[in-house]
Amino acid sequence: MSEPTPILSSHGVSFLTGGRRLVAEASLNLGGGTTTILIGPNGAGKSTLLKLLTGEIKPASGDIRIAGEPLAAVPAWRLACLRSVMAQHARLIFPFSVYEVASLGVDGIGRALPRPRREAIVAEALAAAGVLDLAGRRYQTLSGGEQQRVQFARVLCQLEAGRSVAERQILFLDEPIASLDLCHQLALLDMARSIAARGVAVLVVLHDLNLAVTYADHLVVMDQGRIIAQGPPARTLDDALLRQVFKVDLTLSRAPAPGLPFLLPQQHRGRPAT
Amino acid sequence: MTLVVSAPAKASHALTSLVAGRRRIGLIAVIGLAGACLLVAIVAVGQGAISIPASRVADILVAKLTGNDTLLDGRDVLVVLNIRLPRVLLGLLVGAGLAVSGALMQGLFRNPLADPGLVGVSSGAGLAAAATIVLGDRFLTGTMMMKLPFAALPAGAFCGGLASTLALYLIATRGGRTSVATMLLAGVALGALAGALTGLLAFMSDDRQLRDLTFWSLGSLGGASWTKLSVVAPIILPLLLLMPLLARGLNGLMLGEAEAYHLGIPVQRIKALTILLVALAVGASVATAGLIGFVGIVVPHLIRLSIGPDHRLLLPLSALGGAMLLVGADIAARLIVAPAELPIGIVTATIGAPFFLWLLLRRTSLIDV
Repeated sequence: MSEPTPILSSHGVSFLTGGRRLVAEASLNLGGGTTTILIGPNGAGKSTLLKLLTGEIKPASGDIRIAGEPLAAVPAWRLACLRSVMAQHARLIFPFSVYEVASLGVDGIGRALPRPRREAIVAEALAAAGVLDLAGRRYQTLSGGEQQRVQFARVLCQLEAGRSVAERQILFLDEPIASLDLCHQLALLDMARSIAARGVAVLVVLHDLNLAVTYADHLVVMDQGRIIAQGPPARTLDDALLRQVFKVDLTLSRAPAPGLPFLLPQQHRGRPAT
Repeated sequence: MTLVVSAPAKASHALTSLVAGRRRIGLIAVIGLAGACLLVAIVAVGQGAISIPASRVADILVAKLTGNDTLLDGRDVLVVLNIRLPRVLLGLLVGAGLAVSGALMQGLFRNPLADPGLVGVSSGAGLAAAATIVLGDRFLTGTMMMKLPFAALPAGAFCGGLASTLALYLIATRGGRTSVATMLLAGVALGALAGALTGLLAFMSDDRQLRDLTFWSLGSLGGASWTKLSVVAPIILPLLLLMPLLARGLNGLMLGEAEAYHLGIPVQRIKALTILLVALAVGASVATAGLIGFVGIVVPHLIRLSIGPDHRLLLPLSALGGAMLLVGADIAARLIVAPAELPIGIVTATIGAPFFLWLLLRRTSLIDV
């Protein structure tokens, strides 16, 4: 696969807080059309790396460029057109409806679009996330999984609204399937892949290793703030790496779908990751 | 340009009518509340120690506006133009300012219990006002042998309110980012300190000062004049004119600061502008009308319960609702014990609180604190 210039590239990025190094020397490229999946144990620095790449926090050292420009120099509104972010959980205090929550994705950067177009974007995103029939409900009354799908719809709205401004976009999803049932997990990840197929660079943080190897074009493994391996899933994971990172004995197998690895926990090494 | 799947026709049609319905309700609410507000204002100009029929009030106002001075004589003209009209206008401004400030504070702090007092304005203004009432006389009469100037109390209260807001803002801002959580907690601490010092001043005061202090802390629209209005209007109006700029940003902030930033909202600018506008508007309200509680917390919640929490509707509707509530309460304050007047804070709380409780009992499910 020939490598086009990445939409986002980070080089030697580190972040420290309270004397602790949460992310160390992370170098990572996000290319258009590629689904990158970030895995690692709790506290490995996945979410912190995501915050660095979205511009939410500034690195102590290192260089991040988005669409060729230094990330820190891009103003918030233009950044919002370039990338869309779904954080781990969003709580609302006031009784917004599902429709209003999803609309937040287009209300800001989609202001210039005509109203029928904005409404169409929201309707399509709600349908794509499978929550169109919940549109009139209050967000707070939904289950955790439904709320997560509404947030996904909001992120889709923002991506679509930003498309009229930015050709090359990035989609960040931080554990987007944590509260979803299996059917919706697969539906959301399928959607993420089809968005990537449109030319968007997609970065997903996942905990399920089987789903990670199934959906990733590019797999990134983090441990203790460092990226310790990255590449195509089949060539990136091996038993030793999994044992070292996740502290469990896993045997990589290659049975079901041709070429795809799958793994089953064999026996716990008895020491949880710290 | 489609997002992978297109919406099923039926569900998408239901959505279109849902959105259109919401918009229609919003429009009806704005027009209805504006009309009701105007009506209450006209009644308020007519009511008081001298009762003037609404038609006569309308005639006087139209004659004044069209410059037709021939119709403008008689005692009622004087009452309407020089006493009642500035009072009603002040009530509209202060009521709108307090209600909008409340809605903004609840949005900014993402807390349904937040009120304009939270940014420290009320506590600072209260302390400064108490200091002016209790200590001002002593210093001035002791040194210059003159009575305390009339403007000293509002000026002192305004400066005190702004100073305490500035202090809170500086405490809560590190490296260009303001933590609203820190501001909330520091506001509570600063409020307690100011309350204690105000209590100390009350302890030191004589009977007349204590009475002044009590009346001021319950609020009143009495003493409104065109001069006062010309000072207050330029301070409160910017809040009402600039609030549409804040609506989208506050909607985004409902998801959290990080999410708002991801949506492209200039979070720090929204925070700073909101705090500045609220501090000015509440400072001016407190300085001219005393401490009027309740408007800032009840009106936005009534609107949220009935129309919804979208700030693009919530802010203008709160302005109208607050203006109407305060002017309506002022009518009651003037009529209940006429020819004397009740402090307006007593009226807003005794009418508003039971109504609010009744609404909560009917529709508890709408607020999740």
